[in-house]
Amino acid sequence: MLGEARIRVLVAKPGLDGHDRGAKVVARALRDAGMEVIYTGIRQSPEMIVRTAVQEDVDVVGLSILSGAHLELLPPVIEGLNSEGKGDVLVIAGGIIPDEDIPQLRQIGVKAIFGPGTKTGELVTFIKDEIAARRESR
Amino acid sequence: MASNSKAEWRENILTPLVRKRPERQDKFENSSGVELDALYCPEDIADIHYAQQLGYSGEYPFTRGVQPNMYRGRIWTIRQYAGFGAAEETNQRYHYLLSQGQTGLSVAFDLPTQIGYDSDHPLARGEVGKVGVAIDSLQDMEVLFQGIPLDKVSTSMTINSTASILLAMYLVLGRKQGVEAAKLNGTIQNDVLKEYVARGTYIFPPRPSMRLTTDIFAYCAENIPRWNAISVSGYHMREAGCTAAQEVGFTLADGIAYVQAAIDNGLDVDAFAPRVSFFFDSHVNFFEEVAKFRAARRLWARIMKERFGANEERSWMLRFHTQTAGCSLTAQQPYNNIVRTALEALAAILGGTQSLHTNSFDEAYWTPSEEAVTIAVRTQQLLAYESGVADVVDPVGGSYYVESLTGELEKQASDYIAKIDSLGGAVTAIEQGYQQREIQQASYKYQKMVEEGKQKIVGVNDFVTGESKVTSTLRVKSEVEAKQKERLAKLKRERDNGKVKQTLKRLEEVAQGKENTMPPIIECVEAYATIGEICDVLRNVFGVQREFLFF
Repeated sequence: MLGEARIRVLVAKPGLDGHDRGAKVVARALRDAGMEVIYTGIRQSPEMIVRTAVQEDVDVVGLSILSGAHLELLPPVIEGLNSEGKGDVLVIAGGIIPDEDIPQLRQIGVKAIFGPGTKTGELVTFIKDEIAARRESR
Repeated sequence: MASNSKAEWRENILTPLVRKRPERQDKFENSSGVELDALYCPEDIADIHYAQQLGYSGEYPFTRGVQPNMYRGRIWTIRQYAGFGAAEETNQRYHYLLSQGQTGLSVAFDLPTQIGYDSDHPLARGEVGKVGVAIDSLQDMEVLFQGIPLDKVSTSMTINSTASILLAMYLVLGRKQGVEAAKLNGTIQNDVLKEYVARGTYIFPPRPSMRLTTDIFAYCAENIPRWNAISVSGYHMREAGCTAAQEVGFTLADGIAYVQAAIDNGLDVDAFAPRVSFFFDSHVNFFEEVAKFRAARRLWARIMKERFGANEERSWMLRFHTQTAGCSLTAQQPYNNIVRTALEALAAILGGTQSLHTNSFDEAYWTPSEEAVTIAVRTQQLLAYESGVADVVDPVGGSYYVESLTGELEKQASDYIAKIDSLGGAVTAIEQGYQQREIQQASYKYQKMVEEGKQKIVGVNDFVTGESKVTSTLRVKSEVEAKQKERLAKLKRERDNGKVKQTLKRLEEVAQGKENTMPPIIECVEAYATIGEICDVLRNVFGVQREFLFF
């Protein structure tokens, strides 16, 4: 049954930013919640992230960025996924992303942005609900 | 009848009371997992021998401070880490900070500069001028320090893998200003080991990186005697989530690796050890932090004297910079950050820091505004000149609690060092992922405690009100990248490219051999070779390091 297949998540660190505390905590929390998690490590170009997402056939891509380069580095990830026919992947982001940039990111297809202080439980619930809805509508 | 001992008091007074009225928590613990007693008494420090473990300030083992009169002579250096956009904008901020009474500069570089890519490199996309100032060549450094005489300031540069290049630029800039190397004052971070563990701006594999580091030690010992050739850093490991005891243990273990590498390269320990400095975090648990700084000082003195046989007093002294904890700042109710930072700064001062960066209240979110950074500087000035805490050396020394905690943290840190020694030293331990795993474990545990409400964070998991966020007043403009690329292209057209090629060739030969890499790097810099060009040469010779990923 599709609905019971384990959710596959790619946690990725775009750009040169080395702040990986949040990404690692999230990756572990998602794994503890029963998801299959692939963590890219730091210094990933948007192209590398797209390639891994395709190869690993993930349901979710979580992008963690704290360097302020999100407006430059997140759009190419979405565009890359779309052009690889993976436009149905749930893309979410976390890190330091100012409020005023959120509408722009949502508009291009970043489904949700989780800022500082987010509980990992909230994230787990969000992903599970989103994926369940997507699987049902298939 | 008054109690005759702590045991008696506990049995007759405390325990019955707690049985009747339970305490706020089942147990009280600090970040290092030390279970705290309700009251500390002479019994708790009975095994402390004053002369051996504490001593007088300015004397071995320096528990009470590295100078005899500490801040009565001179206040610590107020040193705010700053840098953003292009060199012009950062230069303006430096002039502003100096005009507000800041006493030392601290340069934040953008990520491409730190990882050895020019602003026009594909991987620099979106990152130019973002977390610091963009420097591609000596030309940008000339702009960065416009109007700032290098013999009048001390400058700290947070630069690691590309430390040799930035130091070379600073030297050449000094020369152009007519300031000889012997008069330059400052620090380069130059601590690549913690980059593999926590901060992430490594380029080369550990062993060639260690060579670059020790080349700098040798060059500084001979030519720039007042320069701190390294700032062994615990800050970033702590920010990544380790405990206070781990911060000391892992940092001093890295320090041991650097000192050993320099000795193995034939340097005399007393020739470079006085220029080894440290950098720690100051976190929210006040007394744990005060004790941490004191423990680190005592432990390092013993390591230098007993393990390495250093003879000079100055080789035994742990001198350090402190930054308040960035990870303790909250995006929610941001003005609370001013209070957190003040407490953390106080802990650093009571711990005897030599210089201090106080975070700005908006720093959790972006490059601080001028208003926020002014409050941060004023916080230090208040502590220095109004509070009276700087008037007496080590005012918490002798506190039963602080002395007991200092001993406890020293012991825990020693155990971490012993563990790392047993793995073959810091480099091997990092290659095996020991420190990385420990940090991940600690940070995950902390996150759980926050989510379960066992660790309270005001405004985040308790005392929550509606969102009150600061809005960004300072944003790095996207034009910076284009402007920087243009400047770089112009430089590459106008400089003597024959000379550039020749100096890069010379660097390649030296890198392949055993000679010190600093002199040829200085020649490259003088010829206006870029950071990317210089690093490409070194990447070809040394190879590149992939992440030591243990997840």
